Amino acid sequence: MRTPGALAVLLLCSIAGSCQPAASIDSGWGSAAPATQVVEEIEVPPPPFTEGVFPCSDCHDPEIPTNMRRRKMKTAHQEIELRHDQEHRWCLDCHSAVDHDKLHLASGELIDFTESYKLCGQCHGDKYRDWRAGVHGRRSGSWDGHKTYLLCVNCHNAHAPAFQPLEPESAPWRPHGGSQ
Amino acid sequence: MNETDSSRREFLCALAGCAAALAGSCSEITHTPFFQKRFRELSGEERAGILADLVTEQSERFGKQVTLTAEGAREGVLFGYALDISRCVGCRRCVYACVEENNQSRDPQLHWIRVLEMEKEKGIDFAHADAYYEAETVPRPGHFYLPVSCQQCENPPCVKSCPVGATWKEPDGIVVIDYDWCIGCRCCMSACPYGARHFNWGEPRIPDEELNPNMHYLGNRPRMKGVVEKCTFCIQRVRNGRYPACVEVCPVGARKFGNLLDPSSEVRYVLEHKRVFVLKNELNTRPRFFYFYGL
Amino acid sequence: MNSIRLFARFALDSARILGRGNWLYWAWLLALLCVIGAGALAWVHQAQAGLVTSNMRDQVSWAFYIGNFTFLVGVAAAAVLLVIPAYVYDWKPIKEVVILGELLAISSIAMCGLFVTADVGRPERLWHLIPVIGNLNLPNSILAWDVLVLNGYGGLNLLIVTYLLFSLHAGRSPNKKIFLPLVLLSIPAAISIHTVTAFLYNGMPARPFWNTSILVPRFLASAFCSGPAVLIVLMQLLRRFSRFEIQNEAIWKVAELMSYAMALNLLLLGAEVFKEYYSNTEHLIHMRYMFTGVGGSTAIVPWMWLSVGASIAAFLLFLVPWTRRNPLTLNLGCALIWAGVYLEKGMGLVIPGMTPDTLGEIYEYFPSRNELWIAAGIFSFGFLLFTLMVKVATPIMLGEFQRPGTKLVH
Repeated sequence: MRTPGALAVLLLCSIAGSCQPAASIDSGWGSAAPATQVVEEIEVPPPPFTEGVFPCSDCHDPEIPTNMRRRKMKTAHQEIELRHDQEHRWCLDCHSAVDHDKLHLASGELIDFTESYKLCGQCHGDKYRDWRAGVHGRRSGSWDGHKTYLLCVNCHNAHAPAFQPLEPESAPWRPHGGSQ
Repeated sequence: MNETDSSRREFLCALAGCAAALAGSCSEITHTPFFQKRFRELSGEERAGILADLVTEQSERFGKQVTLTAEGAREGVLFGYALDISRCVGCRRCVYACVEENNQSRDPQLHWIRVLEMEKEKGIDFAHADAYYEAETVPRPGHFYLPVSCQQCENPPCVKSCPVGATWKEPDGIVVIDYDWCIGCRCCMSACPYGARHFNWGEPRIPDEELNPNMHYLGNRPRMKGVVEKCTFCIQRVRNGRYPACVEVCPVGARKFGNLLDPSSEVRYVLEHKRVFVLKNELNTRPRFFYFYGL
Repeated sequence: MNSIRLFARFALDSARILGRGNWLYWAWLLALLCVIGAGALAWVHQAQAGLVTSNMRDQVSWAFYIGNFTFLVGVAAAAVLLVIPAYVYDWKPIKEVVILGELLAISSIAMCGLFVTADVGRPERLWHLIPVIGNLNLPNSILAWDVLVLNGYGGLNLLIVTYLLFSLHAGRSPNKKIFLPLVLLSIPAAISIHTVTAFLYNGMPARPFWNTSILVPRFLASAFCSGPAVLIVLMQLLRRFSRFEIQNEAIWKVAELMSYAMALNLLLLGAEVFKEYYSNTEHLIHMRYMFTGVGGSTAIVPWMWLSVGASIAAFLLFLVPWTRRNPLTLNLGCALIWAGVYLEKGMGLVIPGMTPDTLGEIYEYFPSRNELWIAAGIFSFGFLLFTLMVKVATPIMLGEFQRPGTKLVH
């Protein structure tokens, strides 16, 4: 299972999750977000993969066993810098070594990338609860009716989830009409 | 009662023909009939007439077709707002989304939302707050951000102080202003403890192409100089089920909005599960705008 | 019918008096008209561009105009300082000049009205304040009450003065049954205008500098020491330029009453200063802004100290009988007290109340040129009105001017 090939595929998938173009956060959420996949009752947009990295099995051969040893990536996925409890965790704690197109929960249960919130919710239970209630993160829709959710990874880079500082809009003019 | 009112109104209108023409001859964004009564007291027919006139006028002036409604409050709805100050990063995107949605004047500049930067060490301390902060990126270390706009108080001091009753609290909780009745005395601005009301000191200017054509009479229709305006919770949106513009645009999801009377609403969840506070609690204004710590 | 004809005669004769005067009179009128003209031009500019021509902004949304309005309400209330000794105590020396107080009240109310008109954003909508045809928000809005009591007081004084002059002109004594109740009514009316104006500020918890009960007695005290200053000067002028025999006692008594009012005013100011500085809460910042400035913002500080200094100096000048009686120091005292109270009430109440604003921002306000010109124009209008009314009233009161064929009755 833990073959270099499988690992390469794994790394490719990581690229998909890691490359959050800066525009993805601000891209068009002012209007109703496109919600193409309905999973359970939670409507979320598609996971923000980089082009071409999904499905991971395009590179990772499921026949070849995955190398489970924790090590630094050299041939692929090496640009991913893990800043997410990196002391205790590494790639395969979230990404499935069995099926590279899926993630896995602590129980071993495999989940799709479209349900990645379940994985995040394992450790971040309070955030998950708030997210389900609509209080963590942004939602689009109507206050009195249909609302859509965003995936955790739509705002947080799974490999380095800390929110990056933004450039602020300009300050208000001081009274007397002049700008700063 | 209505008939006497309307016949009296017609008589006065006839008398005021010249005066109205004079009043309308100044180039303003909206033309108010001189003797138009307070919006609350107008009959459905009179309102429809006024709305139709305004639509024609504004469509011509801005070169695009506008829609203007006077949608009333829905039953069983009391709007509430919750803002997560542990999340706000002070990016000011809400300020400018509001400007665009609500047709605020660009020059002279008028903002309904004011984001205050404060120091974490000092806590909520208005005397040392700064609305004019500039930074490469926000949040700046050691600082937190408090956006302030109309709190839509349950016990609004502004409504009490208005000498002509041009501002009042709607049944769904939004404090509104009839821009055609306001005399511009600014009593309400002195009475507001949150600096939430703003005055059109000069003639407001909006570029034609930036006009938001979906308007509400008591909300985002273009105002004229000499009247007061303020946040209306995007009345043109929320009465049609949509979120206010600031809620939708916030990139960190710090803003929550909903119906306080609906137990399953987000804002009720916040009130029940989070540490919530209001500004200037001791003044007993009972705001419907809550600040909370989400983290 | 007869009364109407008599009144028409009275109006015509009054117009004739106005047309007669020496070069000083005409020069004075001309000067006033020039300033009124300049003020009117400034007003037109403001009407076209909006209140942006002032230096008021959201952070300081009430300033020079409202400050002047507040000061003039006090001046209008000061007429009562003459009315009480004249009619309640029946003190003859003042009884002859009490009408001057009422004329001052009328001019002041007129100026108040003009300042409010200059200050509102949509003056053509002021009819919204009229009950029934507009919508006057009673009982909640204090400004609505203010509109009522100010117009009521102005109207009352106008009625009193017109009735008195008309009666004297027609050669008959005013009917005491009508006249006296009206005059006595003007006493609580005068107290009410200033109390309600104080309530306007007092009733705003958003502004902690104003939200204090001491504002009501402070307003009354400062009203009673400022308005009569004009009357003292006027009485001396009338004594010089007309045959009005005003006894020194009248003038000195007014000055003495002013000194007691100023004593109370200073005491109340002292009480406020103690409360703020000793309690040392966050609200101290408004008073600190006044007296020492905050951060680099000190523009208002010298004016406030000037106000305190002038008030104390005036108090002493009026208190000491020798300086009270000396014409030079008396008039100096009048100027000082006028300046002191004008700065204290006009600028020293409104501006620090709004600085820093409710969100802690400090915007340093100073009146713009346009505001100053409009204010000057309004003051000139008030002086003009006062001059014209005194010009008509003086000969009538002296009995020199009556409808031909009537006997002198006083």
